[in-house]
Amino acid sequence: MAELQTHGAHAVPMNLLEAVNRALVRAMAEDDSVVLLGEDIGTNGGVFRATEGLKAQFGFRRVMDTPLAENLIAGLAVGMASQGLKPVAEIQFMGFIYAALEQILSHAARLRNRTRGRLSCPLVIRAPYGGGIHAPEHHSESTEALFAHIPGLRVVMPSSPSRAHGLLLAAIQCPDPVIFLEPKRLYRLKRLPVVADGEPLPLDTCFTLRTGDDLTLISWGAAIHETLGAADQLAAEGINAEVIDVACLNPLDRDTLVASVSRTGRAVIVHEAPRHGGMGAEIAATLANQALLHLRAPVERVTGYDCPMPYFQLEQHYLPNVERIVAAAKRTLVY
Amino acid sequence: MRTDHDHRRVAGYKTMAMIRHFDKKAVNLQRTGRLGTYASCLGAEAIGTAAGLALTRDDYFVPYYRDHATLYLRGVPLHQILQYWGGDERGNAFPADSDARRDLPYCVPIATQLTQAAGIASAAKLRHKHAAVLATCGDGATSRGDFYEALNVAGVWQLPLVVLINNNQWAISVPRGLQTACASLADKAVAAGIPGVQVDGNDLDALLKVLDDALERARAGKGTTLVEAISYRLSDHTTADDASRYRKASDLHRAWQNEPVRRLRDTLAESGLWDAQRETDWQQQCERTVEEAIDTYLNLPPAPATDMLDYLYAALPAALRDQRAALAALNQEVRHG
Repeated sequence: MAELQTHGAHAVPMNLLEAVNRALVRAMAEDDSVVLLGEDIGTNGGVFRATEGLKAQFGFRRVMDTPLAENLIAGLAVGMASQGLKPVAEIQFMGFIYAALEQILSHAARLRNRTRGRLSCPLVIRAPYGGGIHAPEHHSESTEALFAHIPGLRVVMPSSPSRAHGLLLAAIQCPDPVIFLEPKRLYRLKRLPVVADGEPLPLDTCFTLRTGDDLTLISWGAAIHETLGAADQLAAEGINAEVIDVACLNPLDRDTLVASVSRTGRAVIVHEAPRHGGMGAEIAATLANQALLHLRAPVERVTGYDCPMPYFQLEQHYLPNVERIVAAAKRTLVY
Repeated sequence: MRTDHDHRRVAGYKTMAMIRHFDKKAVNLQRTGRLGTYASCLGAEAIGTAAGLALTRDDYFVPYYRDHATLYLRGVPLHQILQYWGGDERGNAFPADSDARRDLPYCVPIATQLTQAAGIASAAKLRHKHAAVLATCGDGATSRGDFYEALNVAGVWQLPLVVLINNNQWAISVPRGLQTACASLADKAVAAGIPGVQVDGNDLDALLKVLDDALERARAGKGTTLVEAISYRLSDHTTADDASRYRKASDLHRAWQNEPVRRLRDTLAESGLWDAQRETDWQQQCERTVEEAIDTYLNLPPAPATDMLDYLYAALPAALRDQRAALAALNQEVRHG
């Protein structure tokens, strides 16, 4: 379909995890101020193997196994970034990032502002997020809205190997602090062509993965997978859904969302995170404010429930699936 | 003949006297509504001054919020220190040509600067710089995770870092004895596998000796030192605090008997390095310098309201253009109204 895969001469098939690894290799090779730090990222190559081979290639000084303390990892990264390094820190699972929240919120996001540009904080914090892999408790959360609420941060969530590659390159080059949340359910889902020497992708636009006139499906991260599945099923019934991957939750590209929904008149927002106070609410409010007279049905949300991410026996009941998305789409069509 | 050390001690005394005067005036400015909540450094003048004298231009300083003397010695003008405590972030934009050009700004959250200092030390080590990082904190900060996490990584990575605790006996109202069962705060170095040193925080000479050694050890690649400087907070916690609610007047009176400024002045006088005439002249100089700083501070042009958005990202994101335009328009209306 119209998915923005670049099928260039140098495109090689890789999964999302390999795309992350290749982006890290390329960023480190091109810029010796890029350093990696985190738990188990050295000899072990990370628990998901995102940093496989990097210590051997770049040495322990640039690929640092830290003591087991997430707050420390973030504090180290803030200090390094304040003096011109470009640290890419790995938090092993998003469920363990909260110890680092003070460093992220009170320091990384504020350093440029509170020194009026004297110092800056060009760090990237990578974390695998989301459910669907039968992981232990506290390993499957999707709390991107916590970070999207923090001014001064960029929050990026790729949903395909090529966007993981291009967005991670852009995040590392970006002079602002970036929270880069990787959908671990998609890590090894399938191999798709990625141009390994391709350009970084922009951090301030949505990606329109599929065009359509009947309604707009809006999602990001792992839930893009089910959203595209729902679009396929709707197409089989003669309904043409536009699919937009928001990809960058803060700052948010409102223009693309408003333009699409102004044209289709119907919107379904799909996210894995709980509904209350989620990013779907911000997008729905934007559509109500800027596309009200074009709307032909209330904006629908298909989300996780307002409960903690269930332990894995119930997680499939929690995660948005194709059936729920299709049902919501049809509610907007018959309204 | 005066030695280099004598010159340093006299320079140290002059700084301590200047900062003592500045501190008194800053509290007065707050009391008269011309400064925000201010953290006094009364009783910490020797610690802050020794830190400033021991650091070089190539070193990095990571302050907490009572380090006015150190920042002053690093080249931050007094009016800019007032600007910060007057509620204006431009006070943290330390001059680009000063020793403080790369130093971190004042840190208000407790101990979070220490893990950052370890990060700065890692960066310096990675780049093979002959430089050390000096980070400060209070005694209360030693109860926080950041304190231990920073020392722990500094030990295992052998970082060029010195952590200087100003143990002034109080974390707002909670006394040192309620923070830890450790016999000393320096003992906490044991858990990180690094040396811990106690020093009299009211004795400039002793502080200089300990900090010179610790910083040179760090620059030489020999690793991190924890320094506990024992002092007494002669002020309230900040201007928003009333220490008479929890601190005995007799304890405060006893602490004043050992305060650092007069103690150094007496020592210098005994050595023939200071006298009554010099004291009179220098006090007049302190008054002139601080008055000029206050005058400069009070006449600084206000920051445009849009500053709150303009430094948030390297470039204003498109998503914030509407908010910035609305803020700018309101600000115009206020100015013209």
